[in-house]
Amino acid sequence: MLLPTLPAALPRLIARLPMAPVSFALSLGLNRVAWRSLQDLDWTPLYGRSFAIRILDLGFSAGFRVGPAGFAAARVADAAVTFSASAEDFVRLALRLEDPDTLFFNRRLRIEGDTDLGLTAKNLLDGVELETLTAQLPAPVRMALNQLRQRLAGQVSPI
Amino acid sequence: MSGSLLSEAKPLLELICPAGSLPALKAAVDQGADGVYLGLKDNTNARNFAGLNFDAKALAEGIRYAQTRGRKVLMALNTYPQPQTLQRWHAAVDTAAELGVNAIILADPGLMAYARKVHPELRLHLSVQGSATSYEAIAFYRERFAIQRAVLPRVLSLAQVENVIRNTPVEIELFGFGGLCVMVEGRCLLSSYACGDSPNTFGACSPGHAVRWQQTPEGMETRLNGILIDRYADHEKAGYPTLCKGRFAVQGETYYALEEPTSLNSMAMLPEMLKMGIAAIKIEGRQRSPAYVAQVTQVWRAAIDAVKRNAEAFQIQPNWTAQLTKVSEGSMHTLGAYNRPWK
Repeated sequence: MLLPTLPAALPRLIARLPMAPVSFALSLGLNRVAWRSLQDLDWTPLYGRSFAIRILDLGFSAGFRVGPAGFAAARVADAAVTFSASAEDFVRLALRLEDPDTLFFNRRLRIEGDTDLGLTAKNLLDGVELETLTAQLPAPVRMALNQLRQRLAGQVSPI
Repeated sequence: MSGSLLSEAKPLLELICPAGSLPALKAAVDQGADGVYLGLKDNTNARNFAGLNFDAKALAEGIRYAQTRGRKVLMALNTYPQPQTLQRWHAAVDTAAELGVNAIILADPGLMAYARKVHPELRLHLSVQGSATSYEAIAFYRERFAIQRAVLPRVLSLAQVENVIRNTPVEIELFGFGGLCVMVEGRCLLSSYACGDSPNTFGACSPGHAVRWQQTPEGMETRLNGILIDRYADHEKAGYPTLCKGRFAVQGETYYALEEPTSLNSMAMLPEMLKMGIAAIKIEGRQRSPAYVAQVTQVWRAAIDAVKRNAEAFQIQPNWTAQLTKVSEGSMHTLGAYNRPWK
């Protein structure tokens, strides 16, 4: 398990937070840690469309959209496409430890809404090397991510 | 490079892995693929999905990465050119030749004629989409267009494959693992029937614009251009949203009327494939992420090395099977046609 150290009350707490600040914090965070590595990609097919992610086990959703200046918060209800998975599976996807099709076949990832838009975003991100994605992070964070990746890679992901 | 047959040992069980992006290509090379196959970002290849595949810059870098490590890059140009846009296919052949891929994989005879005429030094492989199942068909492509390798459709039993190999000097490449097509490869129109686009023309089966998944009280519904093709209960494993793998009501019963969602896995037949001289094993999945490519390449590299070391003692390791089952469609795999008794 990735999240054994989380206080048991945390999912409930998060679930009670208003979603707009969560979306805002998430897009702010993405802009800070990843936008410099991602801004050279051709995001134009995604402009004006919004995405939502639903973290099923933590019970929260966040919405965002992409523009020339980076990510911005968006209403979850307006999302053209929604991805749903557990927190751990989102982490596995982000760290390139798991393939979305694998999670989909195993019913651990749901994609609802505009499938083409979801595929475009997935393929766009797949085209970036993990080292490039994490290059802008402070060295201690990068090291921690690498350790997490190695730890998760050593575990058999339960099906 | 590829021209002089005399200086090259005949390949045996080369591991050919899919790459839909540069990170996937690097993952395949790093995990021991002997070659990768890839396509451009348009309908000149049969994995024309939004955001997938290579532009000229990524292709050049991928070729450099693979070839400096002694691996091959094969470029799939395996759709059928459309009259209004034939120039796009010709330009893609030119790009492949100029950037120095090791071979191009073609299905259309007109395109083979173009490649032979304009780039006679370029090595040609016959795509699975060409649907050549007999040594006579392969001989035709060899005589007319000098193809040097043929990828056989996943419809032949292993005995039939052996008969082809015994009667042709052309290298034979077989699918080893991954998505399994219904048995009319290169001629399938099911996707077109549902949504107007099919691999041979649009470059994709069940393109994303036609696919919708929706969670309902009865389960997750998969629709292709509005047509309900499957509904999964919460505990059921899922497959790709293709018509051939849907469940249909037939005479009062609802079941997989064409084929089940399952992946091909021919690993158990590696000793026979080695013995009969299969030149290469192809792994399906250019549409998948680098994580899949890394996992599957690693397992197949280990298996091929093991069978080459000692074919008699070859045994499939349980962790190889577990890894391959996890990434399989419907979490199932099959030997497919390779071991069927009928002909």
